[in-house]
Amino acid sequence: MTTTMTAPASSPARVEQPPRRRRRRSRLPYILLIPAVGTLLIGLGYPVTWQILNSFKEYGLKQQFGQPAEFVGFDNYIALFTDAVFWQIALRSVVFMAATAAVTMVIGIAFALLMKVVPTWSRIVLQVAMLLAWAMPIVAQMTVANWLIDDRNGVVNYVLSLLPGVDYIGHDWLRDPLSFFGVALVIITWASVPFVAFSVYAGLTQVSEEVLEAGQLDGASQFQMLRLIIMPIIRPVLVILILLQLIWDLRVFAQIQLLQDFGAGGERYDLLGTYIYGLGIGQGQFGAAAAAAMVVMILTLAVSWGYVRRLLKEDEES
Amino acid sequence: MKHTILRGAGAALAVTLAAIWAFPVYWMVNSSFLTPATISKLTPTWVPFGGNLSNYRAVLQDNAFLSALGMSLVVTAICLVLCLIYALLASFAIGRFRFKGRKSFVLAIIVVQMLPAEAMFIAQYKMLASANLLNSVIGVSVIYLAMVVPFTTWMLRGFVAGIPVDLEEAAMIDGCTRMGAFRRVTFPLLAPGLVASGVFAFLQVWNEFALASIILTESQKATLPLWLRDFAQSSNLGVTEWGEVMAGSVLVAIPVIVFFMIVQGRMAQGLVGGAVKG
Repeated sequence: MTTTMTAPASSPARVEQPPRRRRRRSRLPYILLIPAVGTLLIGLGYPVTWQILNSFKEYGLKQQFGQPAEFVGFDNYIALFTDAVFWQIALRSVVFMAATAAVTMVIGIAFALLMKVVPTWSRIVLQVAMLLAWAMPIVAQMTVANWLIDDRNGVVNYVLSLLPGVDYIGHDWLRDPLSFFGVALVIITWASVPFVAFSVYAGLTQVSEEVLEAGQLDGASQFQMLRLIIMPIIRPVLVILILLQLIWDLRVFAQIQLLQDFGAGGERYDLLGTYIYGLGIGQGQFGAAAAAAMVVMILTLAVSWGYVRRLLKEDEES
Repeated sequence: MKHTILRGAGAALAVTLAAIWAFPVYWMVNSSFLTPATISKLTPTWVPFGGNLSNYRAVLQDNAFLSALGMSLVVTAICLVLCLIYALLASFAIGRFRFKGRKSFVLAIIVVQMLPAEAMFIAQYKMLASANLLNSVIGVSVIYLAMVVPFTTWMLRGFVAGIPVDLEEAAMIDGCTRMGAFRRVTFPLLAPGLVASGVFAFLQVWNEFALASIILTESQKATLPLWLRDFAQSSNLGVTEWGEVMAGSVLVAIPVIVFFMIVQGRMAQGLVGGAVKG
């Protein structure tokens, strides 16, 4: 990872900045970095290099049993990109990512605005409740969700069946793929709203009273204040939050895998993560799986590039 | 007058939403106290009156749970100690020095944090398989370390940068060696940062599921998240013992919730970073 990623960073004409703190050209910083760099090279650098190489090789079951893996150029990628199933799953992943991130953002922002206007005690009640949801480990989240939607004794089906004319007892929420992803969306949103709400709320507290008063004096309506004063001020936070939500909602392997374990498995319930898993670990098609993993990697880097740049800037300013 | 009513309605809405958001957690705790007979009734039991601890007793006597707890503790301890040492050294290098290659390293630790498990787990699986390290503490720790060191380094860098160099230099003028200055001046000031980033690393390793499910396939080597999944499924064939499964969930979640509360203030801060300040 480190070796492949360093190249672009050092290539733009390196302006010889005068070192701000220590002028001495010491070897100490390099020595201090050895353990961290070593860890990254072993845990990430080597596997990623293997992955890049093998995405260009034929590496299936035969190669598992000793046949040498031969370079086949872009064959794995071509096979992947001409496979309708892959496109379907990739599209589904992107739609799922966008939908979950959008729903999370909307609810999170609404919660933050609500927290701003309600009395302190009720705000704290809401904050504590959200912290509980936020802190739940993914496996516990999914296990509890599975109990909540249990077909026979689940409380969700029970409550829905209380509505007149509705009978959900025995309904399996994980059978229909659309319903399956709906459940996943609800759980992931439930778990990610707290982070968004807390961050936006922190941003809102930065909006000074004077600015709002000035807006009021100039005759702005509540909605205009929100759109024209508050939103522009908290925009930087919102941009980062959207990026982070997109990145996180693309990496939902654990949640989808667990839902499949509890309910139905198979291609119709796959997102990219579980698809790669099935291709590699399940079918032993490591070349194809490596190519698919590379696609996910590039997709993630493309989505997260804005965030990476911001963090780099933050580092330079410190 | 209108204002008071609106505030009242807002408070009511906030409390309702709080109830909805906390409900799954409440339901987990509630169900964990109920006996199989109560829990399998068609009408849900809303409050665990008359419940008992038998579910917890059953889980705590389960050998698979104890073995998973041991595995989780060992892996987390190894990763936590090494991660803090490695990250402290690295954060000192990037927080205190300007050197050739620094920017590349910073870029690398940022980019690495963005990469999802699914983009790499096949390759990591193959690497450990060829080194005969699947289902081993060492194997999983190597991967986890690479997962937590970047974020911890990044977080500690902020703390290191927040400690004025002058303090160290003053100590060196007073006759300390550089190591001595670090040990006596900087390190104590870094303690809060080490605790905070240590908790983050703990949470990541303790909760990790995706890689563990691929690398640790033998049930004797399962960590707690894997145990919980298997425990919830093993009973799936017949009737699931939801009471016991929920007791297991509570036991897995409690340390996480406790530690999470310690660092929650920094959580939003650290990730959104300087954005709030504009």
